[in-house]
Amino acid sequence: MKRKAKHGAIFWIFLAPVLVAFILVIVVPFFLGAYYSFTNWSATARAGETLKLIGLANYAGILKAPSFLYSFLITVVYTVLNMIAINVVSFGLALLVTRALRGRNVYRAGFFVPNLIGGLILGYIWQFIFNNAIPSLGTALGIPAWANPANLLLAKSNTALLAMVLVGTWQYAGYIMVIYVAAIETIPHELIEASLIDGVSAWRRLRSITIPLTRQAFTVTLFLTLVNSFKQFDVNVSLTAGGPSVMFAGRPIYGTELLAMNIYNQGLRSNDMAGGQARAVVFFVVLVIVSVIQVAINKRREIEL
Amino acid sequence: MKARYSARLISLEALAAALFMVFLFPFFIVIINSGKTPFEITQNPLTFPADWAQTLRNMATIWTSPNVKYSSSFLSSVIITVASLLLLDVLPSQAAWVLVRTKTRLSSGIFFIFVASMVIPFQIVMFPLLSWFRQLTVLTGIRLLRTYTGIILAYIGFGMSQSIFLFHGFIKSIPREIEEAATIDGCRPAQTFYQVIFPILRPIHATVVVLNGIWIWNDYLLPLLVLGKGNKVMTIPLAVSNFAGAYVKQWDLMLTAILMAMIPIVVLFLVAQKSIIKGMVAGSIK
Repeated sequence: MKRKAKHGAIFWIFLAPVLVAFILVIVVPFFLGAYYSFTNWSATARAGETLKLIGLANYAGILKAPSFLYSFLITVVYTVLNMIAINVVSFGLALLVTRALRGRNVYRAGFFVPNLIGGLILGYIWQFIFNNAIPSLGTALGIPAWANPANLLLAKSNTALLAMVLVGTWQYAGYIMVIYVAAIETIPHELIEASLIDGVSAWRRLRSITIPLTRQAFTVTLFLTLVNSFKQFDVNVSLTAGGPSVMFAGRPIYGTELLAMNIYNQGLRSNDMAGGQARAVVFFVVLVIVSVIQVAINKRREIEL
Repeated sequence: MKARYSARLISLEALAAALFMVFLFPFFIVIINSGKTPFEITQNPLTFPADWAQTLRNMATIWTSPNVKYSSSFLSSVIITVASLLLLDVLPSQAAWVLVRTKTRLSSGIFFIFVASMVIPFQIVMFPLLSWFRQLTVLTGIRLLRTYTGIILAYIGFGMSQSIFLFHGFIKSIPREIEEAATIDGCRPAQTFYQVIFPILRPIHATVVVLNGIWIWNDYLLPLLVLGKGNKVMTIPLAVSNFAGAYVKQWDLMLTAILMAMIPIVVLFLVAQKSIIKGMVAGSIK
């Protein structure tokens, strides 16, 4: 074998465009970003001119900033609630649409539709529903509490976060449902029939047949819902824009600002690019650790079965 | 036994139908309120509009309004999506092919790096990307921020790894003999790829186009950063968010703009429902 033949001209010609894009868009910014997070980088300064290494000061700044800690906490809460809600709803929907229902294809399509529309637009739709449609429904039904502006879901940070979970679930359940449907449809028919003949209850069938045999799908769905909830940005922008404000550690801060938005705001609103970048690095590290742990746990569980 | 079973199915059918309506209710709200005047919408957002023709009038207002710039944004969205999709189909497929067919450590190393890069969240590269694009413009004279060139390049960079991954998986299953026959017939490698392999990849082309298409058409954060607010080149999500932020919410027009943003995707979904669902889900399972 000649060495030259291994990577012929065609290898490099076909690979060159994606390699260039990869280096320009991912590799260079990734390492620049890691470097910038240790400097006094700002949006106004030209890179290279006044850039000074300041060690871990940006990271120390994160620890001192209550807004990041707060965003971190509510992002964890949001992610956990969202994961539970999405997976429970979508598994339920999957069980429903794998029955011999007449309209099951129509239902599947309908549940999937929210996922086709961008989170930004979905958030605006729900803002209208929460702020306008529900109060007017309250008036129509004679429930004045719903019409009271103080009771609007988006008026308080806790309920606004729940509203985000509601929208997140609605947005994502149909998508996760499709994954569960695919898994449920691989369960051998004989197993179900045998359990029916034996008179096994539906609950028992779910616990002893359906759930164990769809375990593999859970690895995928839990991972997807975890990562996507953790990275939520679009719905956050359009539904709550981070508000309403709350007091935390003695300071007024955004009450529903998830991490992705916190990073964006730190960099571009507060004009602290280096600080925003340091937060992004922490965000990245957490995301990688959590993903690795979760995949490892799920893999182990699959093997045990 | 049978009667009881079907009675249960009927109740499940009713449950599913009810949930179906709950899921689509928000879109119903959008449709009925796009047909209203500002006065009607504040009076009652839950009734049907008095005159459905108002929908068309609202649409015309949105389409022509110099404040919303909807028509130009629509055109920009189409240009960005179509150009990115073409490039994100052709370039990754040819790259995946040489990566599969070249069995060296370098080749598998490159593939591994591409796959590993898929865990990188946009947040960690977004700020440096902006200053880096600015520096590149100084170096090369090619404007990347606020231009089609820049955003399409960014989409290729962020979308290529997953596309390569999908093509890679499929190409591995294509027997080499097919290519060898073509080579014996005198095809050069590039010809072999484009005339023999490229057409066989049809199911993956569909997956890649659907996955990237839905992502790029709906994306908000990347255009917000690379194109910026108030630019000549705007995508539909940018236009909608600009409109939402610029005024005390004019919900009648906002919801019309939302309706108009949804129509193209929903129509496409109705036409190619199966392959869209398959494509979107296949992309992230693998």
